[in-house]
Amino acid sequence: MKKILILGGGTGGTIMANKLRKTLERDEWDITLVDQDKTHYYQPGFLFIPFGIYTKYDVMKPKSDFFPAGINTIYSHIVRIDGESNKVLLEGGKVLPYDFLIIATGTQIQPEETPGLKEELWYKEIFDFYTIEGSIALREFFKTWQGGRLVVSIAELPFKCPVAPLEFAFLADAYFHEIGMRDKVDITFVTPLPGAFTKPRATKMLGQLLEEKNINVISEFYIERVDNKSKKIISYDQQEVPFDVLTIVPVNMGSDMIGRSGLGDDLNFVPTDKYTLRSEKFENVFVLGDASNIPTSKAGSVVHFAADVLYENLMSAIEGRPLLAKFDGHSNCYIETGFGKGSIIDFNYETEPLPGTFPLPGIGPFGLLQNTKMNHYGKVLFRWIYWHILLRGKELPIESEMSMAGKKL
Amino acid sequence: MATKNIAGIPVEVNEEGYMSDPSQWSREIAVELAKEENIELTEKHFEILEFIRKEYESGVQLTIRKVGKSGIVDIKGLYELFPGGPLKKSSKIAGIPKPASCV
Ligand SMILES: Cc1cc2nc3c(=O)[nH]c(=O)nc-3n(C[C@H](O)[C@H](O)[C@H](O)COP(=O)(O)OP(=O)(O)OC[C@H]3O[C@@H](n4cnc5c(N)ncnc54)[C@H](O)[C@@H]3O)c2cc1C
Repeated sequence: MKKILILGGGTGGTIMANKLRKTLERDEWDITLVDQDKTHYYQPGFLFIPFGIYTKYDVMKPKSDFFPAGINTIYSHIVRIDGESNKVLLEGGKVLPYDFLIIATGTQIQPEETPGLKEELWYKEIFDFYTIEGSIALREFFKTWQGGRLVVSIAELPFKCPVAPLEFAFLADAYFHEIGMRDKVDITFVTPLPGAFTKPRATKMLGQLLEEKNINVISEFYIERVDNKSKKIISYDQQEVPFDVLTIVPVNMGSDMIGRSGLGDDLNFVPTDKYTLRSEKFENVFVLGDASNIPTSKAGSVVHFAADVLYENLMSAIEGRPLLAKFDGHSNCYIETGFGKGSIIDFNYETEPLPGTFPLPGIGPFGLLQNTKMNHYGKVLFRWIYWHILLRGKELPIESEMSMAGKKL
Repeated sequence: MATKNIAGIPVEVNEEGYMSDPSQWSREIAVELAKEENIELTEKHFEILEFIRKEYESGVQLTIRKVGKSGIVDIKGLYELFPGGPLKKSSKIAGIPKPASCV
């Protein structure tokens, strides 16, 4: 029996398990998936919990619901990959040999990387909204908050779902309007980027939205530390931003296990060929999703598109053919902008987000870089699509490769 | 795109003053580019410039954190050497393109 080992059973690992079990002969290929957590979190939903739109029950399901029959699943912490001898070591000493390895261990927040972040005020007046715990703690906080300075900040690049903190700011604006206390809340968006987003046209559109919604922006702010006493964030060049409540995207890093295995860069992301999705170090190791260092968004949509390419190339590698499928960095994100509206961006390694219609040229129904009700429904629908189509490795009516049709230059 | 005389050499630069061809770079050019940013280059500056040029050539995405872990300076030191936007300024002076984030 030959062995494929999948590390991580989140978005990417689950999609791959489903795709591979469908085609690989069961009497030839053994597929094993390892994850330390039995619960699958719909991470985009974390954003809605602080505002009471979703509860934890909307975003949690057993991982096993999404795994295909005929694979082995092991719930255990992965300690180390030994790429030289094609083995993976689990907690408790279990050793798993493999012929092909797929790394899909994602990225996690590391608040410890920023001095002062995870101290007295953590989950009292300082929160993340990238974990179930953070989102729920923030929900509780908002229930009784009387208003003041709400600071939304980003600690380091890259971080997963690059539009999430913006969406958070938009949703906060809408939420405080709806409960009738927007006049008591001052919202400030603090980013290390030069503007609201990375690419020019999206930055302009989103920057205007922030302005319309009366959300202050402080750009090129690279946070050094948090002062819990005076309740300020302080940058490396000594700028200070005071807060009453700090909601932050902490430093995002790949799994420690990647670092221990000597497979990561300075943030434990795995150096990966951005076209073939194969590890730069080992020929029989592929990397899917947030765990890789490929220069595109760390997002569920990217994982979905990349999975098609990875699948093809893995099949080629198994049969000893050259890897011909090329990933173009395709990313597609709905941006919730509050008050029942949303925007959407669609881009890849080469093309920045452009205005237009999606997926059908001239028809839509979604408006790229526009703020519409329809886009909001897209986001709402995404949760259903995620659980029922995306995770199961089924086809969506959107090509993996980005299309220029419907985009305006 | 424009040609600019820097340290007596015609150098291609873009609208924002970043050099288009990193291979045209020299220490003399760096000194002149630094003056435009009101920075007087020391050996420490040059160590950083060489480091980021090397990283750029090997195709690595540069970040402030990465330079801070280079062993040459920490992040605070980097801000002191290149005040206000250390990565942008050091890239400009090092003759490499403006660092772009690629989410
Ligand atoms: C607030 C928020 C909003 C988002 N919004 C969107 C959105 O609107 N659209 C979108 O497309 N994407 C969005 N995303 C991003 C999306 O959720 C992720 O990009 C996607 O889930 C990444 O999939 P992955 O398989 O790479 O990693 P994950 O799904 O994170 O899976 C990684 C898995 O590896 C396991 N693991 C890690 N290390 C170990 C170890 N050492 N041992 C054992 N197991 C381990 C983890 O338990 C986890 O199950 C959002 C994310 C957040 C946090």
